[in-house]
Amino acid sequence: MAISILDGIFNGLSVGSVLLLAALGLAIVFGLMGVINMAHGELMMLGAYTTFVVQNIFKPLGAFSQLYIFFALIAAFVVAALMGLVLERGVIRYLYGRPLETLLATWGVSLILQQFVRSVSWVLVVNLALFCLLYFGGLWLVRKRPDFEQIRKLAIAVLLPLSVGIALTVGSLLGKSFGLTATKPWFGAQNVDVTAPKWLQGGLPIGGYQLPYTRMFIMLLTVLCVLGIYFFLNKTPWGLRIRSVTQNRNMSACLGIPTAKVDALTFALGSGLAGVAGCAVSLLGSVGPNTGQNYIVNTFMVVVVGGVGKLVGTIVGAMAIGITDYVIGTGMLSTLFTAIQPVSNFFAFFATTSMAKVLVFVLIVVFLQFRPAGLFPQKGRTVDA
Amino acid sequence: MAANLALGGQTAETKRRSLLLEAGIVIAIALFLIVILPLLLSDFRLNLMGRFLALAIVALGIDLIWGFTGLLSLGHGVFFTLGGYALAMHLKLQIPADASSQLPEFMSLYGVTELPWFWQPFYSFPFTAVAVLMIPALLAGFLGYVIFRNRIRGVYFSILTQAATIIFFNFFNGQQKLFNGTNGLTDFQTLFGAKVNSPGTQYVYYVLTIIFLVAAYALCRWITSGRFGHLLVAIRDDESRTRFTGYNPTGFKVLVFAISGALAGLAGAMFTLQTGIISPNSMNIAFSIEMVIWVAVGGRATLVGAILGALTVNFAKSTLSEKFPDIWLFFQGGLFLVVVLFLPSGIIGWLRTEGRNLWRSVRGRNQVATYPSLEEDAEVEYERQNIGD
Amino acid sequence: MSDKILEIEHLTVSFGGFRALNDLNFTLNQGELRVIIGPNGAGKTTFLDIITGKTKPTAGTVKFKGKNLRPYAEHQIARMGVGRKFQTPRVYLNLTPRQNLALACNRNKNVFPTLLQKPPTPERRTVASLLETIGLSPKADLPANLLSHGEKQWLEIGMLVAQSPDLLLVDEPVAGLTDEETERTGELLVALSESHSIIVIEHDMEFVRQIATDQVTVLHQGSVLCEGAFESVQSDPRVIEVYLGQEETEHAA
Repeated sequence: MAISILDGIFNGLSVGSVLLLAALGLAIVFGLMGVINMAHGELMMLGAYTTFVVQNIFKPLGAFSQLYIFFALIAAFVVAALMGLVLERGVIRYLYGRPLETLLATWGVSLILQQFVRSVSWVLVVNLALFCLLYFGGLWLVRKRPDFEQIRKLAIAVLLPLSVGIALTVGSLLGKSFGLTATKPWFGAQNVDVTAPKWLQGGLPIGGYQLPYTRMFIMLLTVLCVLGIYFFLNKTPWGLRIRSVTQNRNMSACLGIPTAKVDALTFALGSGLAGVAGCAVSLLGSVGPNTGQNYIVNTFMVVVVGGVGKLVGTIVGAMAIGITDYVIGTGMLSTLFTAIQPVSNFFAFFATTSMAKVLVFVLIVVFLQFRPAGLFPQKGRTVDA
Repeated sequence: MAANLALGGQTAETKRRSLLLEAGIVIAIALFLIVILPLLLSDFRLNLMGRFLALAIVALGIDLIWGFTGLLSLGHGVFFTLGGYALAMHLKLQIPADASSQLPEFMSLYGVTELPWFWQPFYSFPFTAVAVLMIPALLAGFLGYVIFRNRIRGVYFSILTQAATIIFFNFFNGQQKLFNGTNGLTDFQTLFGAKVNSPGTQYVYYVLTIIFLVAAYALCRWITSGRFGHLLVAIRDDESRTRFTGYNPTGFKVLVFAISGALAGLAGAMFTLQTGIISPNSMNIAFSIEMVIWVAVGGRATLVGAILGALTVNFAKSTLSEKFPDIWLFFQGGLFLVVVLFLPSGIIGWLRTEGRNLWRSVRGRNQVATYPSLEEDAEVEYERQNIGD
Repeated sequence: MSDKILEIEHLTVSFGGFRALNDLNFTLNQGELRVIIGPNGAGKTTFLDIITGKTKPTAGTVKFKGKNLRPYAEHQIARMGVGRKFQTPRVYLNLTPRQNLALACNRNKNVFPTLLQKPPTPERRTVASLLETIGLSPKADLPANLLSHGEKQWLEIGMLVAQSPDLLLVDEPVAGLTDEETERTGELLVALSESHSIIVIEHDMEFVRQIATDQVTVLHQGSVLCEGAFESVQSDPRVIEVYLGQEETEHAA
């Protein structure tokens, strides 16, 4: 009995910490900009694929290869953060103050990223690089002309099809001359597997039960990330700027804080955290283009329950949802209440992973009846002006 | 006449005339779809068209809740699917009296011996017809009530409806014995004794879809044109202001959400009839968001735009995903970005502004440049619109 | 029932420790036009938030026509007869002035009557005459976002009147208006005060002088500093110290 409760707490915390890791970046971005990033899951997925790539690069290195995970973490952070930066500069900054449109646009990005991972090949990469070079390079050249504003539309109308055409032609030529090496997708639509380093395999035996090292590693990683973010937000000058923009954007702008830079930085940071989360997730099971989709709804619920503006809300929200989900899903409550048959039956009905989510959602809606703004709402008279 | 002008803005006569004109156009289009189109298209294409027209009914619902009221629902897939299931359950109970088992075949497969209690009323067609509309409407109303009464809105509303979608998806997927799980309900035989799959019956469904679409259009037109419609726009633009004028937005939002849900249910039922299957798959997250993009492409807050968008995007989808399955997701993702970033008021909105200017310049009737202050003057603008041409 | 339309006793509102209103007592007679002045942060807007039900008091009571307002939501209070005009004009920009007024004018604001009933002729007549009053008849069928700032202010005042409340709360009605518009607004408010009770919050002293026929209340740090006729308030040393005095020295410097 004691073991099973311990098991429940451990696994619940472990599920919660994955959730927390995934939700952390989302919550920071949402708190700052009021933007829900539907592509957050896909940024996680990118992190997971980065881990896969790094692992393959390290494979030939013998004993040293077992340390790949640390490099993968950094690489995943950087890749996802860069992607996030592109997303913020290219799309989101045009949509501030229109959260619903942002939601739709980021959903579009998430579709593109999913398909990108499925069909990325050398040809596609060359295509993209060539297109960016031609189009943005061309625009950059035209921008120097004094009459740029007048010919802007014309320039775009000429440059866009031209760059697309050249890129596609070069791509198909490449495909013809190099054949499969150029056109073969890197990952394909199938899932890929990341194997945890040897020193993370196995687990710590407690009684008759094992606590898997990978899960402990993820919990440790989560703690480190939370501490890091806490330190960053509270002790560094940029953290101070982020907090001030979160509380009052206009006032911060008036005080000379570069809000655009703060937004970009925060978004990159949030995205980077998604990458780290993706790296962690890749240790738990195989990774596919749809991996991100499995996490987004749960992480959104963390934000809803936690409320915006306080880190602790996200932590408590993630842990509460993670533990409840696990405890219901494994049917522990059903066994606890065997004495009271109807209650036991009730919990038994929900004792599968997917049915547990149903009950958790109902609980969240009930919770919102009492705390509509989440656990830790922003206080003061600025809310709902 | 003058008094009328002062009271109503435009005379009752012109109002009536433009309404008649609109009704005439709608009926003409409907007749074209019913009579002429079947002569031009193969049975397969016509069936496809019928499905798209059914989807246009959901688009109207989404437009009502999002375009006019400003609530982005990412859960209309649920209402759509529930409507589909309600009808499909009736269809599954059309079992010939001489069949070996009086249960839908999947139930015997999972070892169910007795029809679950909530299947019983679906023997009756009138009950089913009501259920197709009312189950989604009641669910939407309930969900809307628990969310809106706490003044939860904006993205919170969106992600809660999305969570509801995934919840129902999980629920239906998990219930093999009750709903045949992932496989959904399919293999329909007869409805009112007519074989569901025969071309003749399918044509009847096609015509019915058009009639429902026209009815849905008329309903939405009625809702959005009067004071009620203006209030919806007011709620969209400044909800808390409506409270200080004495309105309680909660009730209005719940009602609109319920109507919108009912329209989705109706669409789901008509869609199911024409595809011959309904499964939890139409409750996945992606489908519900896709519905929103139909409306966005066509032009939100315009009913014609919603219908047009649903038809265009779905036509593009079926063409592109037939020929280049890889490209479709890129295209769809790009569509989201382009519409949101460059065409925020959709095709119809573009036609009303840029398109009109383009048309003018093509016809060589470019607007004469005047002083900027004059360009922004409301009265000048008004006269230009009403007297200019 | 007394002839007091609004009675506020020991009202305190605090936001996380900060007391926006502090043990405030205030009464308004039926048919009175009261001007409230006070330096920034004196709690003027919070005061209106409390009366309209947007914020609930931490302590104390607000009685409107003898009824405690605490259990009522914003829309219920509005239906009881409290109308509010906001500091920046909040009209519905995508609707025309006529539609804006028709929404405010609607007698039965429940869901189904709004959907099912056609606006009766008297209401439409009221709307038409209000459009005349606020000078927007020529622009009655243009979207309100084409109106100028002053026209939007007037439209909002029109919406307030269309609601036909017993108590009008007007927050800085002349901010951003020209002198001529300011004067006309003043005349309109004085005319309205014949049939309504009005609370006006204002910074513009010239304007206050124009409309302050009854009493003036000075708020300072969440409580009433003093009350009285405009001249006596103006010469009150405490008021000069916290408010007018500062302004005068600023002008002098």
